[in-house]
Amino acid sequence: MTDAPQDIVIRARNIVVGFGDTVILNDIDLDVYRGEVLGFVGGSGAGKSVLLRTIIGLVPRRRGRIEVLDVDMGAVSVAERREVERRWGVLFQQGALFSSLTVRENVQFPMREYLDISERLMDEIAVAKLAMVGLPPDVCEKSPSQLSGGMVKRVALARALALDPQIVFLDEPTAGLDPISAGDFDQLIRTLQQTLGLTVFMVTHDLDTLNTVCDRIAVLADRKIIAAGPMSAMLASEHPWMRSYFHGERAHSLGKRPAAGDARK
Amino acid sequence: MAHTVALHTAKAGGRLQLAPAGSWTAEYAHLVEPLVDAAARHAGADEVVFDLRGLERLDTFGAWLIERMERAFGTAGARTSFVGMTDDYQALIDELRPVETKAARPPARPSGPARALALIGAAMVEMASSVVMLVNMLGNVVVVAGTLLTRPQTFRLTSTIHHLERVGWRAVPIVLLITFLIGAIIAQQGIFHFSRFGAGVFVVDMVGVLVLREIGVLIVCIMVAGRSGSAYTAELGTMKMREEIDALRTMGLDPVEVLILPRMVALLIAVPVLTFLGSMSALYGGGLVAWLYGGIAPEVFLSRLKEAISIDHFLVGLTKAPFMALVIGIVACNEGMRVQGSAQSLGSQTTASVVKAIFLVIVMDGVFAIVFATLGI
Repeated sequence: MTDAPQDIVIRARNIVVGFGDTVILNDIDLDVYRGEVLGFVGGSGAGKSVLLRTIIGLVPRRRGRIEVLDVDMGAVSVAERREVERRWGVLFQQGALFSSLTVRENVQFPMREYLDISERLMDEIAVAKLAMVGLPPDVCEKSPSQLSGGMVKRVALARALALDPQIVFLDEPTAGLDPISAGDFDQLIRTLQQTLGLTVFMVTHDLDTLNTVCDRIAVLADRKIIAAGPMSAMLASEHPWMRSYFHGERAHSLGKRPAAGDARK
Repeated sequence: MAHTVALHTAKAGGRLQLAPAGSWTAEYAHLVEPLVDAAARHAGADEVVFDLRGLERLDTFGAWLIERMERAFGTAGARTSFVGMTDDYQALIDELRPVETKAARPPARPSGPARALALIGAAMVEMASSVVMLVNMLGNVVVVAGTLLTRPQTFRLTSTIHHLERVGWRAVPIVLLITFLIGAIIAQQGIFHFSRFGAGVFVVDMVGVLVLREIGVLIVCIMVAGRSGSAYTAELGTMKMREEIDALRTMGLDPVEVLILPRMVALLIAVPVLTFLGSMSALYGGGLVAWLYGGIAPEVFLSRLKEAISIDHFLVGLTKAPFMALVIGIVACNEGMRVQGSAQSLGSQTTASVVKAIFLVIVMDGVFAIVFATLGI
């Protein structure tokens, strides 16, 4: 990463989100820079997914300002909002594939809605996107219920990438995958991020993912973002929650791995 | 838009130079594709050079179109090369190199008469299998109910009461309202037509017999099929989709015993009760209209009703109710268990549940009419 002033693609300021009497997120500030992979961690139920859903507009916020690609999402017309929405892709936790459509139709769905291109090109791009996420062309005609968990995630990623978005939101992309598949998926996200120049906002629990893929990590605890920075800063932190997270039983391998920066030559 | 896309073509002898310019991105793909197709018609080139220096932006869509051209010229026997290739472009195009487009077209579906025949055949097979499944489900429920008789303490009373509340108690207001209206409408029509030849008072006979024998139970069953049958199918279908039913099985519990039997018992109790309430409400509605619209005083209505109907009429209606309940329950639970993984399947199974239940209820009603007529009741 360079120290030059960076382009901010997502700028969240003073975000407050709550349901009923409970406040989930209190006064959150977060910047996501162009071309980085931001890993977002926090305990189960801390509100990581809620923040993601707030940024993409699925959860209303009580207060605060969100700018995505320099557009203030609180004060946009429907048309402007759509314009921004087609420049991001979202991978939901369960994949959220449309169960009544085939894999091909799922990947083509955003193209069909937003682009005016020929069937032939749509078919070819769908196969290309599936190949990019590592799926053979013969999954095209399958329906989502015939796919394994890992394949669902891949198809969902292909759909998220259908329009060549600038930002991808990933909600626990490697949850439920075996370590080998999860590793492959990490690598895939890394490769795609580099070839397509994506900005990736990723909610994850996977310490390996954080270590190998993420440029920066933001930590959510006590309804606040308590830290944001590279893995080395996370490891050096004295905050009790972060100590137990990054130095806990399951984090034993972190120090022995090359850091994210080194892994990318 | 200020952006323009172009594909500059220059041909010199056997050398074709193609220079894409502008933003070759998803947004402009609909403009780029015709250009690419036009360029592909330049046949007979030995060497094709792609000059990428004029490109402002490139994404997967643009890169694919370049790759498509390269492949077309490549298979035509031309050498291809690039000028002005950057690392970014290279990475994108490399990513697309291994893509196999052979499978890109969806397999052709049969069309015309073959398709019509195939659809009819599939529908027949489906119908036969659904009859088998219905009988299977009925047998299953009967067997489970039978085994429960030997150990009644395992019967799920709480669950049954819960379902009884949903399909019985909570259905009372709407059933009362609808049957009241139906009774009123029948009476109004009867009075309107009968009074033309001075037989207005016979409307009481018609309302009484029709409501107690047929309309009461039919209306109630149609409502229960739409209201509770669909709910049963949707519940069981969702549980099936989320593997909850498999979870039950692996814990050594029989889904028929845990989920289906309580629902069936609840229906078997609720439908006769609702039929009784509905019939009374329809008679009340009929009586009210007869009084207000036809000028038949309540005392006259009641004494006429007493003469016109016997306990048999009432029992005929009520006898049918549990059989109808059984049909609705079996159909609903069976359709629920047939739900596959998709949301669409849940929807079509729920539709099938309601349609089949109502159809079978009416068929059963016809069969009962024949049987009772033969018995002379």
